[in-house]
Amino acid sequence: MELLEKNEKLQDNKLGSFEAKIERDDAIEPRDNMPEGYRKHLIRQMSQHAHSEVIGMQPEGNWITRAPSLRAKQILLAKIQDEGGHGLYLYSAAETLGITRDEMIAQLHSGKAKYSNIFNYPALTWADIGAIGWLVDGAAIVNQVSLQRTSYGPYSRAMVRICKEESFHQRQGYEIMAKMMNGTAAQREMAQDAMNRWWWPSLMMFGPHDSESPRSGDAFKWKIKRSTNDELRQKFIDKTVQQAEVIGLKVPDADLRWNEEKKCYDHGPINWEEFHSVINGNGPCNNQRMAHHKKVHAEGAWVREAAEAYRLKEEKLN
Amino acid sequence: MTEQQALYKYCLRLGDNALVQSYRLSEWCSNAPTLEEDLALTNFALDMTGRAQALLAYAGEVDGNGKTDDDLAYRRGEREFYNHLINEQPNGDFAHTIARLLYTSTYEYLFYTELMHSADERLASIAAKVVKESRYHMTHANDWAMRLGNGTEESQGRMQAAIDGLWMFTGEMFETDAADALLRDKNIAVDLGKIKIKWMERITEMVKLAGLKMPQGSYMQTGGLKGIHTEYLGHILTEMQYLQRAYPDATW
Ligand SMILES: [Fe+2]
Ligand SMILES: [Fe+2]
Ligand SMILES: [Fe+2]
Repeated sequence: MELLEKNEKLQDNKLGSFEAKIERDDAIEPRDNMPEGYRKHLIRQMSQHAHSEVIGMQPEGNWITRAPSLRAKQILLAKIQDEGGHGLYLYSAAETLGITRDEMIAQLHSGKAKYSNIFNYPALTWADIGAIGWLVDGAAIVNQVSLQRTSYGPYSRAMVRICKEESFHQRQGYEIMAKMMNGTAAQREMAQDAMNRWWWPSLMMFGPHDSESPRSGDAFKWKIKRSTNDELRQKFIDKTVQQAEVIGLKVPDADLRWNEEKKCYDHGPINWEEFHSVINGNGPCNNQRMAHHKKVHAEGAWVREAAEAYRLKEEKLN
Repeated sequence: MTEQQALYKYCLRLGDNALVQSYRLSEWCSNAPTLEEDLALTNFALDMTGRAQALLAYAGEVDGNGKTDDDLAYRRGEREFYNHLINEQPNGDFAHTIARLLYTSTYEYLFYTELMHSADERLASIAAKVVKESRYHMTHANDWAMRLGNGTEESQGRMQAAIDGLWMFTGEMFETDAADALLRDKNIAVDLGKIKIKWMERITEMVKLAGLKMPQGSYMQTGGLKGIHTEYLGHILTEMQYLQRAYPDATW
């Protein structure tokens, strides 16, 4: 009985120190004590983030062999490699929470772990490569900049590294759009069409309105999340609308208006029905993305087994 | 054939080899057995794209026809490409890609090491950069050949089938034509006879270390130097050149 009480006190102290650290804005490190809910929340979020980087390689990879110039091909190859690299840092950062990459991949395949909904949309024309870089990476940056101050040390450090590269991606995507808007009528049409298809899904990347997911949740209490979905979405809209105007692209929102009082743009209603339908598996590419990831993983099994068998043989010899 | 024409063709051959390899390596994006390997192979594709750019840009300058690297990559037909057939073969399984990389990166490492001493300064300086990449590609191919050859029964079988299957495309890498002869006299081109001996030694050694048997066939495919390819090249160009061909007035 006494022992139990002692234990509980110890536990309280440890948690107390977790809460004190959060209170002081100190980073939580892998060896620190943390509530089970905090660990679970981070594993879910970080593995989802890692999977998103990796699944996002599919729609962009789909255009590498068709890139229209050697320079464009180099930029796209480098970008996709960056994304894969982000996947790697994030898997390693998530591993500090006591889960392996294999387990995370198994969760992705079983549907337990998710990836960003945006990659369930298809990259149909070359302009989509511009739109993805500019809008999708642009939206990702807004979210990731805010996550640089997230409370978990390894996650926050991964975000600092990743953000530097993301801003290149955003600029390169914008450059593609600008070039096309400066090009032939067919190119301008292609660019505007990509804008029309990617604008709303990009806004949905920030998740439901704050009225649906209040600020009072654990993610805020634990300082995993620092800004609300609507705050981040607003930031994205405000910086992006101006960029669109500069190159002559129309934002496909009839209700979009500058609000002089609030000093930001008001936007029209987001189609949450579509959002939920895509999240629940009914997007244009959900099946394709997952089937591809599973197929490649299964096809590579013999290679991974061979590498492991060779490693074990070498270990025995040495 | 003038020296200028010979040099133009020589640069196209080297540039086309890089360009076509970059295409095949790019196809591994999101398709490799591990994320690390996905990044490695697409990184090699990136090296190859840069190499193609340097060599095709120089080809355009040598010819003086005002054509850019992109014009030469995206607006030439299949009979005007001079790459070795091995580079356009489909990726096959991972063992095939590694076997091809083993054959070609060993060749390129030896080739560009020699080309660094070319009397043509531009080629020599391109070679100095390429040789570093090739050494890295070769190390990667050797490492995987070791793992696959000495890994499991399945991986060994696949690796043996891969080196055997691609063997008939290796002879072409050492073929020469009138352009080689002319440029050899000026100390611009590489002596492929010399390379061939070293290549065979290295490959024989590596195959043995990987626990595999040297391929036996003596029949060798030919054609790339004359612009006569396997059916695969046409499909590569169809996909690669699609935007440039469909929108000839556009700049990207
Ligand atoms: Fe991304
Ligand atoms: Fe990323
Ligand atoms: Fe990115």
